Amino acid sequence: MTASEIWNIVMMQGFAGLSLFSVLLLMGLGLAIIFGQMGVINMAHGEFMTIGAYTIFLASTLTETYAPGLMPYYFLIAIGIAFVLAFAVGWMAEWALIRHLYRRPLDTLLATWGLSLGMQQIFRSTFGAKEVSPTLPEWLMGSWSPAEGLDIPINGLFVLALTVLVAGGVFVMLYRSRWGLRVRATVANRTMANAIGINTKKTDRMTFAIGCGIAGVAGAAFTTIGSTGPTSGSLYIVDAFLVVTFGGAASLFGTVASAFGIAQAQSITEFFLTGSMAKVITLLAIITILMIRPQGLFALKVRR
Amino acid sequence: MSSKDDRKGLESLSRRQFNMGLAALPLIGMSGMSMANTQFPTAKVNTTKLAITDTEVTVGQLHSATGTMAISETGSIQAERLAIEQINAMGGVLGRQIKVIQEDGASDWPTFAEKSKKLLVNDRVAAVFGCWTSASRKAVLPIFEKENGMLYYPTFYEGLEQSKNVIYTGQEATQQIIYGLDWVQKEKNAKSFFLIGSDYIWPRTSNKIARKHIENFQKGKVVGEEYYPLGHTNFNSLINKIKVAKPDCVYAIVVGGSNVAFYKQMKAAGITADKQLLLTISVTEDELLGIGGENCNGFYACMKYFQSLDNANNKKFVEAFKAKYGAKEVIGDVTQAAYLGPWLWKATVEKAGSFDIDKVAAASPGIELKTAPEGYVKIHENHHLWSKARIGQIQSDGQFKLIAESPNLIEPNPFPKGYQ
Repeated sequence: MTASEIWNIVMMQGFAGLSLFSVLLLMGLGLAIIFGQMGVINMAHGEFMTIGAYTIFLASTLTETYAPGLMPYYFLIAIGIAFVLAFAVGWMAEWALIRHLYRRPLDTLLATWGLSLGMQQIFRSTFGAKEVSPTLPEWLMGSWSPAEGLDIPINGLFVLALTVLVAGGVFVMLYRSRWGLRVRATVANRTMANAIGINTKKTDRMTFAIGCGIAGVAGAAFTTIGSTGPTSGSLYIVDAFLVVTFGGAASLFGTVASAFGIAQAQSITEFFLTGSMAKVITLLAIITILMIRPQGLFALKVRR
Repeated sequence: MSSKDDRKGLESLSRRQFNMGLAALPLIGMSGMSMANTQFPTAKVNTTKLAITDTEVTVGQLHSATGTMAISETGSIQAERLAIEQINAMGGVLGRQIKVIQEDGASDWPTFAEKSKKLLVNDRVAAVFGCWTSASRKAVLPIFEKENGMLYYPTFYEGLEQSKNVIYTGQEATQQIIYGLDWVQKEKNAKSFFLIGSDYIWPRTSNKIARKHIENFQKGKVVGEEYYPLGHTNFNSLINKIKVAKPDCVYAIVVGGSNVAFYKQMKAAGITADKQLLLTISVTEDELLGIGGENCNGFYACMKYFQSLDNANNKKFVEAFKAKYGAKEVIGDVTQAAYLGPWLWKATVEKAGSFDIDKVAAASPGIELKTAPEGYVKIHENHHLWSKARIGQIQSDGQFKLIAESPNLIEPNPFPKGYQ
């Protein structure tokens, strides 16, 4: 191997880690809001991602049939629609199911798990049991090679950019907006927040729906790198919980740090060991750290 | 005996439409049946109290219609239904119409075991067409052996199994693997291989056979062997390892949702067919629906059947399948193998002159099917099928272009010597 080849591999491996980081963060963000801020264990998170994925599929099919000229652009619009759809379904799920269970966190686990099974079967009955493949715009496929032998995946770059955008948006929303203030007040002390006139019920519904909407965006983006089928969402759910729990449930910064840590650990061990061993080692490291720090990497300092 | 079966087999499809017309006339249908039944009285063809009357024989169908495996098993359910319908339109088996009891294994192995017990013990079915994953087959096998049932299993699988109570209508590992490896060695001059698989029994056993064949028989080199957990969605590190190892050929046995992620990310990383030779044994037309042909066109797969096979049997099969399930449906290797099950069972029962499991099991070796969409197949002593292996190249429309096929039928060898 020549020096330039080694340099290329180091670059591509570095990007592989960065790309995994953006995937983990994007799938974890929605959950971080719901689980971290509200304490609801949303097992249907993956299915809200699947809503996003099927939105892309529908949009691509419709665009191909009715407006083939718009193929290069539909993807960006469809991501927006994915957010709206997942947001709406999340809003309804909160109203119908979740709000009755706020005092019983373990029951939300069961209820949302049931919700996830039901949603999977709805996808199966609507779109068929087989996987589908949305036609993606040409500019999203293939690789960018700035040098000979160096290939940077364009879909990876796209997911990275989208993640930065969404994460930035969530930060601004949580720390610079009235809604964010209300959410943080509710998390810190629900009774007190209620007492000073914050409508915590409305805040909860909004928070849950926004979390679901972000899951929809993640699912839409992942059609560029993964599968679209009734159970595609369940491929991500374990990793999403891992990221949020490891980062410290109530801390958004923790989620970012944990996604980065897990991604780097996994992609580096994967390069030097086999895939299954890499997973074992990553999980062992996470478990060990969680045993020492059960609250996760970054915990919110609040008086309980 | 076999020549008589052939004649029936050949007649079968040409007479189908004629018989469909007949089925509309119940009187004629009835008289046809009663004639057959004086020839094959129930007391004689059914000595073990299976669910068989003078006019009807009950069989079971056991696949996952729900859960993660529904993605794969739906095609098999459809194909078996189609075959049974066609057989019924021809007048059934020994003059009896086939009635199907369908059970859902729900992608859960204990459920498969429970439902197979129900089919065999409560429903007393004469045969079961079912299972897909090796795990589900392993779960029901002891029950079929204890309760003496007959299972027609459609999936290509890892081998290392043989049972009186199972007919394996898909290929066992050596039939699929060795021809493909020899082809890339001879035609593409591949000497070094990178083996990739999802982490469970079928890819691991298959890669073990592949490695032995490459190292001991081809004198080639395995430059990497990697397994990733089922459902793994990020392959960038693996792709970089492939770039470092620079194999002549990537040999991929990735399944499920991982499959889609693997090929999409390969393409995004610039590994396309013009730069890299790739041979897979886990991508059929069904998988291509999810992956998208444009994400892996030019790569090769080794199977026994492709939907694009150009022969009269296959044309009729594809036409009938699309007429029943819609023009957008695709037919993969396993779907075709599932279609063979009911036909093989019918031929065997007619040869044995009985529905009794023991007699059907004993009569199975030597049963031929000339109407098979894949061409001609024959059941071996070991209850697997003699079949050809074929190389197809993935096209961007999600179909395969036939590139090569083995000149002769390949003998099934579930316990290959020198490969263990």
